[in-house]
Order: sequence, then structure tokens, then C-alpha cells
Amino acid sequence: MIKVDNVVKTFGGFRAVDGASLEIRQGAITGLIGPNGAGKTTLFNVIAGVLKPTSGKVTMMGEDITGLPPHDLFHKGLLRTFQIAHEFGSMSCRENLMMVPGNQSGESLWNTWFGRKRIADEERALRAKADEVLEFLTISHLAEQKASQISGGQKKLLELGRTMMVDAKIVFLDEVGAGVNRTLLNTIGDAIVQLNKERGYTFVVIEHDMDFIGRLCDPVICMAEGKVLAQGTLAEIKANEQVIEAYLGTGLKNKDMVGA
Amino acid sequence: MDLLNAFITLSNFVIIPAIAYGSQLALGALGVTLIYGILRFSNFAHGDTMAFGTMVTILFTWWFQHLGLSLGPFPTALLALPFGIAGCALFVLLTDRAVYRFYRVQKAKPVILVIVSMGVMFIMNGVVRFIIGPDDHNFGDGERFIISARTFREMTGLEEGLAIRTSTGITVVTAVVVVALLFWFLNKTRTGKSMRAYSDNEDLALLSGINPEKVVVVTWVIVAALATVAGTLYGLDKSFKAFTYFQLLLPIFASAIVGGLGSPVGAIAGGFVIAFSEVTITYAWKKVITYVVPESMAPDGLVQLLSTDYKFAVSFIILLVVLLFRPTGLFKGKSV
Repeated sequence: MIKVDNVVKTFGGFRAVDGASLEIRQGAITGLIGPNGAGKTTLFNVIAGVLKPTSGKVTMMGEDITGLPPHDLFHKGLLRTFQIAHEFGSMSCRENLMMVPGNQSGESLWNTWFGRKRIADEERALRAKADEVLEFLTISHLAEQKASQISGGQKKLLELGRTMMVDAKIVFLDEVGAGVNRTLLNTIGDAIVQLNKERGYTFVVIEHDMDFIGRLCDPVICMAEGKVLAQGTLAEIKANEQVIEAYLGTGLKNKDMVGA
Repeated sequence: MDLLNAFITLSNFVIIPAIAYGSQLALGALGVTLIYGILRFSNFAHGDTMAFGTMVTILFTWWFQHLGLSLGPFPTALLALPFGIAGCALFVLLTDRAVYRFYRVQKAKPVILVIVSMGVMFIMNGVVRFIIGPDDHNFGDGERFIISARTFREMTGLEEGLAIRTSTGITVVTAVVVVALLFWFLNKTRTGKSMRAYSDNEDLALLSGINPEKVVVVTWVIVAALATVAGTLYGLDKSFKAFTYFQLLLPIFASAIVGGLGSPVGAIAGGFVIAFSEVTITYAWKKVITYVVPESMAPDGLVQLLSTDYKFAVSFIILLVVLLFRPTGLFKGKSV
């Protein structure tokens, strides 16, 4: 579905992504793991259009999307969340969700004055949808709360909720689990699986929690030093010598549980 | 002791002029604050944007007067105002296309945009003087007073008169209407919310369905409208002179910063704080004091704290004090 072909991104002299190539299968939940500084987030940023690659190509279903601005990619169904949750602080959680879909008729100044009925209908539908999403994420009680006032974990849920406001095709989740407690992490995991099964979202997940990766992801891709080291099931990755060297560490070689 | 006459004098020379001036500053500061909050730079060209919009309004006023169009007791400028806004919006959008967009695409630092806006300021300043000349223009017509001092004296039998000029009345009413519309727009409409979203978190806004270029265009149009309205009201109240508008930049920035840059409510509060301080400090209090204290204690001098020549010093001092002690302003804007 997404093909990353020999992407390089340098910052000054530093090669954050150094010729990474990978393919993301439609309908899969792909895990992206690797040590800090491996270039995972940079690669996300390149794919999502936040950064332009120094060289290389990104295609989505055969179409070249290299360097397209984020809001264009958004309209193509490519969404991402942030490692550190972002929110529109001055708005309520419900409004945060209602902001997401683009091309609303209320965006035109003309309609603001002369298309009130259409806007009202649209807003009602959006509001219902936003409430549905909040319900799904078990945070209905936060609908009226200002987004700047909710907890870090709840912000992560809100991030995920944002992707549910539109018909996303592929969603890139950057460390959804970071700073989130177990119970909430399970809720997030359940939500991801459900979205994947019921709505056919393709997911790519950056995560350090191997339990979480093991439960959700197949295949798993391991990056280190800007390159793709290995790809396969988690078991295969865990057994890979290079991966152990670069990321998991030799000490964990014979243990069942890795990471966490 | 004559408190009633003292109060009338105070209203006539301090309260009413300060309310009118405060409304004009508030409208100006709203423009500055919107640019700061959404486009993230301090727009030094704002004073000259006001001058440009006012100039277009004046040109249309003259044309309408030539055609014999008028609004009866109201100034013809009100009829010309929409055209002024449209002209100003067009000019500002062209500037954005030609200049600011280049830096926005590069994600230039705010300080670079500030310097760029200074360049734009000089060009706009030149354009305005080139078209309408550097001189003073009075373009107010229609009824001069809602209540003149003499009518007031005859009505009440008081010694002091209270004059309310048409321009003052129009200023206050227009300011209230414009501010109400702006707040409704920012809080209730989708476009307004997109603007707030963009101001809250640009990164996230870019990764949602919000089209940044559209937000930028709408912001400029609103800012042009606010600037033209503020400039026209100021011109009706006093007179139009390109250089005066350039000088207005200081009290306008002081208002925006005192209120908290990026906060629309702050801009309004700041406008009135600056206006009231400026007017009260430069007012000669002799008359009011003479009414209030016993005759033997009446002052000989003018009791004027600062000559009107130094009125800009007032905004300067307030600006410095706020920046030193409360850099985010009264209403917790973004720190400068």
C-alpha cells in the first residue's frame, strides 16, 4: 500500500534516515521498532509530508506522494499521530474531534453568511460522530472538557479518536503507548484492533513496548541507524542476530519477554 | 464644590474622548493580535495597513460626494467603508502572495518576518503618500454633533456643556458591532475555529483537514477589515494624515501587548487601558479640580501631568512596565 524506496533524510551532515526501503501491506498492523535515534519518527515525518526527503521516493497505492503537504495527504486518507500528543488546547475534546474532517461547507466565508442551514446539518452529523468516537474510546465524560486540561493518556486517546473522524486508509501511530498506563494501553490496543478489523484501517505503529507490539503487530520492521535491519514476525525479529545487537541486547537473547 | 459640573467636564474632555480613542485602538490591536496569534509575527505594517484602507475609503468618499451620494446625517465615509475594506484586503493579499508567503513556505523565524513587515511598512507608507499626499485630510461630513455643548447647556441649565460628536457615537457603535461579529466568527463558525486551531497548534492543524493557505487568506481579509474600520473611525474622529497612522503603531502595539499578544479580549482591554492613561495623563485638570475643591484651594497652573506632545511616552512607559513585570500581558497571551 505504501512503498518507501531508498529514502534519505539528512539534517546538516547527520543522516537521520539513511536509505530506508520498506513496504507496508494493506490491512496489516505493522510494527516499527528500533533504538532511539534509529530514524523511525523522521521516517514517519517524511511519509506524512512534514519533512521533505533529501532523496528517495514514497508511493501510496502506486501514486507518487513524495513531498506532498500534510493536508493533501490527509485528504488521501493518510493520517498520523504524534509521539507527544498534540491538541487544540483552547477547544473542548468534542470540538477537537469536530475540527478534523476537511472541506466542510462552514469553511467558506460565503456559506458562513448564506449557507447556515447546510452548515447546521453538517455540524449536527459531525457532532453525533464525535460523540460516537468519544464513546468508543470510553472518554464520553470528557466531551466538554478543554483539551489542554485532560491527562496525557487521555490526549493519546484523543489523538487516536482524531483518526476515526474521517475514513482513514492508513494511520501512522507514533508511540501511542508512551507514558500511558497498562489499562489505558489495553484500551488503545483494543481500539486499534477493532478499527483494523471492522473498518479496514491499515496501521503502522512505532512502539517500544514489546508486549504491545507482540499482541498487535504482524509484520514487525526493525530500524537502526537510519536503515531497515529486518522485517518479519516478532519471533523472527527477536531471533535476528543484527536486531539483537542493535536494539534488544544480547542479555535478553534467551528470555521470553523482551523489552517493556 | 460642584460635583455635577466637575463630572460633566470630566466626561466631556476625558471619558468620552478616551472611549472613542480606546475603541479605535482596540480595533487596531485586534488586527495586530490576530496576525501574531495565527501568522506568528508582529506586523509592523499594521499602522500603514490602516492608512491604506482609510485612503481607499477616502477616495471612494470623494467620488460618492462628487456623485452626490450621501447618508444624510451620517458621514458618507460609512458608505465608502465596504469599498475601502475590499481595496485594503486586496492589497494585503497581494502583499502576502508577493512577500510573506515566500517566508512562510521556508518556515522563516518570526524575527525575520518582523523585519520583512518593516519593509512592507515603508512601501505601504510610500504608496499611501504617493497616492493621497502627505497632508491632512478631513473627510467627515454630515451632522457634526449628536448633542452639541450649547444644546446640552440649554437642556440641563448646567454651566458646563457636554458635546457628543457624531464621529464618537459612530466609533463606539461600530466598534461594538465589529467586535461582536469577530467573536461570533472566531467562536461559532467553522472558519473561525480553524483559525483558532491553527493558532493553538500549527503542527496538528496542518495534519488535519485544515487548509493552511485558506486560514491565512481569511486571517488577512479579517485583519484588513479591522484595520480599515479602525483607520476610518480614527480619521473621522480626528483627521487623516499618513504620518499619524504610522505613529499609531506604538499605542496599538502597546495595547496588544498590555492585553496579551494573541488574545482578542486582551487587545480590547489593552486598547482602553492605553487610551485612558494617555488621555488622563495629558489632560489639563485645572477646571475639574476647581469645581471639586474649595475656592481657596483652586490651582493656578493647568495641572497637566504631561504635555500632549509627549503622549506617546505614556504608551511607551506602560509597554515597558508590562514587558518587565508581566510579559504575557493581562490576559495571558503568548509571551513576546
